[in-house]
Amino acid sequence: MKEKLASLWQRLFGDSVRAFGAVSVIFLLSIAIAPAKNFFSEWRHYQHGYLRMIRNRSDANTLHRHFQPGIRQIWLPGLDVVDRCTSCHVGLNEALTDVATQPYRKHPVIPHKLDQFGCTICHRGQGAATTVAEAHNSTLAWEQPILPAKYIESSCGQCHGGPLPGTPRLNLGRYLLARQGCVHCHTVNLPDGSTMKATDDPPSLSHIADKTTREWIFAWLKDPQAYATTSTMPNFKLSDDAARDISAFLIANSTPIPGDSAAPSAKASADPAAGASLYGESFCASCHAVQNAAGNVVGGDVGPELTRVGSKVKPEWLQGWLQNPRAYDTETRMPHYRFNDAQVAILSGFLLAKTDSDLLANVHLEPPTSEQIARGKRLVSDYGCASCHEIAGVKKPENFAPELSRIGSKPIAQLIFLPGMQHTLPEYIAGKIKNPRAFSPGLKMPQYTFTPQQIDALTTALLSFNDRSLTLPSSLVLSTVLESNYQPAGKAGKLMTDLACFSCHRINGHGGDMAPDLTWEGSSVQHDWLVQFFKNPGTLRPALIRRMPRFNLTDNEVNELTDYIMTVYQSPAIDRDSMPLSGYSPGQIELGKQLFYGKYSCQGCHIVDPKTDKGYIGPTLTHVGSRLTPAWIYQWMKNPQSLRPGTIEPSRAMSDEDARALTAFLISQKGEGKQEVAQK
Amino acid sequence: MKAQAVILAVFALLGSSCSRKSHSATAPKPTAFGAAIVESSGGKQVTQTGDLLAQPIIVQVNDEQGSAVTGALVEFTAAPGVSFDPAVALTDSSGQATTNVSLGGMAGRYQIAASTLDKSHKRVELKLEEIALGYQQTLGRRLNDQYCDRCHNPESTVERVSNYDNLEVKPHPFDEGDTLNKMSDADLTAIITNGGPALQKSALMPAWGNTLSKSDIQALIAYIRAVADPPSRSAGPIYAQTSVATR
Repeated sequence: MKEKLASLWQRLFGDSVRAFGAVSVIFLLSIAIAPAKNFFSEWRHYQHGYLRMIRNRSDANTLHRHFQPGIRQIWLPGLDVVDRCTSCHVGLNEALTDVATQPYRKHPVIPHKLDQFGCTICHRGQGAATTVAEAHNSTLAWEQPILPAKYIESSCGQCHGGPLPGTPRLNLGRYLLARQGCVHCHTVNLPDGSTMKATDDPPSLSHIADKTTREWIFAWLKDPQAYATTSTMPNFKLSDDAARDISAFLIANSTPIPGDSAAPSAKASADPAAGASLYGESFCASCHAVQNAAGNVVGGDVGPELTRVGSKVKPEWLQGWLQNPRAYDTETRMPHYRFNDAQVAILSGFLLAKTDSDLLANVHLEPPTSEQIARGKRLVSDYGCASCHEIAGVKKPENFAPELSRIGSKPIAQLIFLPGMQHTLPEYIAGKIKNPRAFSPGLKMPQYTFTPQQIDALTTALLSFNDRSLTLPSSLVLSTVLESNYQPAGKAGKLMTDLACFSCHRINGHGGDMAPDLTWEGSSVQHDWLVQFFKNPGTLRPALIRRMPRFNLTDNEVNELTDYIMTVYQSPAIDRDSMPLSGYSPGQIELGKQLFYGKYSCQGCHIVDPKTDKGYIGPTLTHVGSRLTPAWIYQWMKNPQSLRPGTIEPSRAMSDEDARALTAFLISQKGEGKQEVAQK
Repeated sequence: MKAQAVILAVFALLGSSCSRKSHSATAPKPTAFGAAIVESSGGKQVTQTGDLLAQPIIVQVNDEQGSAVTGALVEFTAAPGVSFDPAVALTDSSGQATTNVSLGGMAGRYQIAASTLDKSHKRVELKLEEIALGYQQTLGRRLNDQYCDRCHNPESTVERVSNYDNLEVKPHPFDEGDTLNKMSDADLTAIITNGGPALQKSALMPAWGNTLSKSDIQALIAYIRAVADPPSRSAGPIYAQTSVATR
């Protein structure tokens, strides 16, 4: 063995010429390593594979012409993007719809051009890398791996602040961040400079002893979902002692509502049938949900669920609340219904019967000691209760929980993962939302009851808050549509606040979306119709559940509201008096009728003659001539979207003559001698 | 000799440790075997890419007489990217096995295979299909929900009463692949843009060209292609367990 080695050595390096030759060969070989490495690189391998794949296709010529060999790169200095992904993903822009293998798949259709935004802005990963592992995975030099496809909508949210029609997951996530009150504790500063605001409405606890008992507070604190499955209050997993002390503090800290000493004059009366019918007539279910016998929670989510409300509220409080909710809470979204005493008695009796004997069965609390009350106060500030609730004597804590404005770029090195968890940021965020206390029993973040879909949505929304979103060029920051702080003026304005019109209706960018936008209602409807509608509201659409309650308004109040709406809520595009209410020629009306049933086939969605028409989608038009103004109808025929963006009615680009004839026909529909279609 | 023995021993050790690892992940042992596997519910759902299906997939294992078998092992498999919770399950007392499914990140159809072993240890398989919508199809679905669904979907719900029964000429539901697959993209674009009369069809189908943008209409067509049953050729590939299933 030794001898063989020695002879090899002798042969290679025996004399200076041999040594020079051998060293040269070794030197040349080592120089060749770099080009060889380049020659055997992954991207070249994938490009060869692509060429092999397209060779036998019918469109091979086109594909060949488009193919450019070598490392490809999308360089966008303004966005800090150097993406070489297209070196391997060669077919991204080709019409290879039938190819399912990566990296050759066609990019799905999106609203942006790939060479305008590159790849990593949406997909993350290391754009400048030229190997699969470095581009896709986390490396020491690059933390952000490729984003799993299910969170891809978060990337849309980096620029687009408002809800987009094509990103339901992102929209839901953002909605939940506001609706579930996450942003009470976690500050989120948005790229447009605004701060995310919560849209839930946690009640003030300063007068809570008026409203409920300490026993109920205890049960609620222990498990809010046991009282109402739809509650947005999370479970803080409090011990019995902690719940005992907090409930003791809240009751001891509560003060009576000033000026609310007048005891309600009504007594609860037990008449379930009358109660149910008043509950239905008043459209309580538009805002409040109740769990039915099948276990489904049915109703709106503007107000709290009422399934077990009888186990919660004190009868006197409920009666006072029904008489005038604004006396207890000036900010409430509940309308002031102007119920009479008999109605309050019936409705409160009906609601108080909604009890759950199990809820408070095991709650037995001794009268509290002053130590317990003091400890309760400490717990209230420890858990940050005042972040959401107003509590007299407890200041709302600033920055109670970590700010989330850049959570989507949080370095993985700063995260602590649970055993068995994938070490990626989305996994961490989703895991934290799912079960926060699993990360440490001492954490204060409470337990929410999110579905897996909701957790994905929240994770998507949170990933959109990142370094990139906050450092975008201002031309790319498309801000959210901010809620205006419009307030109607004067007596009518006060009345509208009292009736909580804005809980359902939107006017000038402020208010809810349950009922029609009223910004231009004054141009739309006729005075007398509006008066009648306030006195006896009905639904206009057979296919819609009626929601507008009757508020038992006085004639004065009705006139006040009608006059205000007719004068103030006018569209600049409509001159109400430009077209007459009557005097159209029979020929014009007949032409309109022909257009209605023929060319435009409006009967597909509307009913003019209840005997023959069946259209269920749009408003019933049997009385439209006494409801809408002709100028509004004409403009609506020309372009409905300009009056009500997003309306289902398609814009037909009608000629002026057609629009005028249809207006004439519709305005002749005054409902005289016709039976109103049976209302649901 | 000695060296060979040592090498053999090392390989044997490695082998056994590996096999133990893979065995520890497998789930319960079947206590019974069926003859057939049928769908109870959960097929043909439409969701977004990467999303958890709203309803779980439930399959039932039956014996030769058609009665349910308890304790049969059902295995769920699909293309890479699809995940199951759980991937293997024993049938319960009503012969059913349930799994929650998250679809992969690519838009298209996903073939889900549920299989069980029969008495002779032959594999009996059931194939289901689920539909994942990408960006464009999701946009199309939203437009469908807002504008089209009320007439084109015969089913009524509390929130959305269907207008289908009220129309003299019945619209085609969008999953009616037999009819809609025969229409070209150009035909669909024409009828959506200019209304029924554009293709000598009923004027009850209004023109949407002034209401929807061109890309909206493309999105709508992408959605119609995605949900067609039988599947449309232009909806892209079907993702199956091993590779891409061919049509």
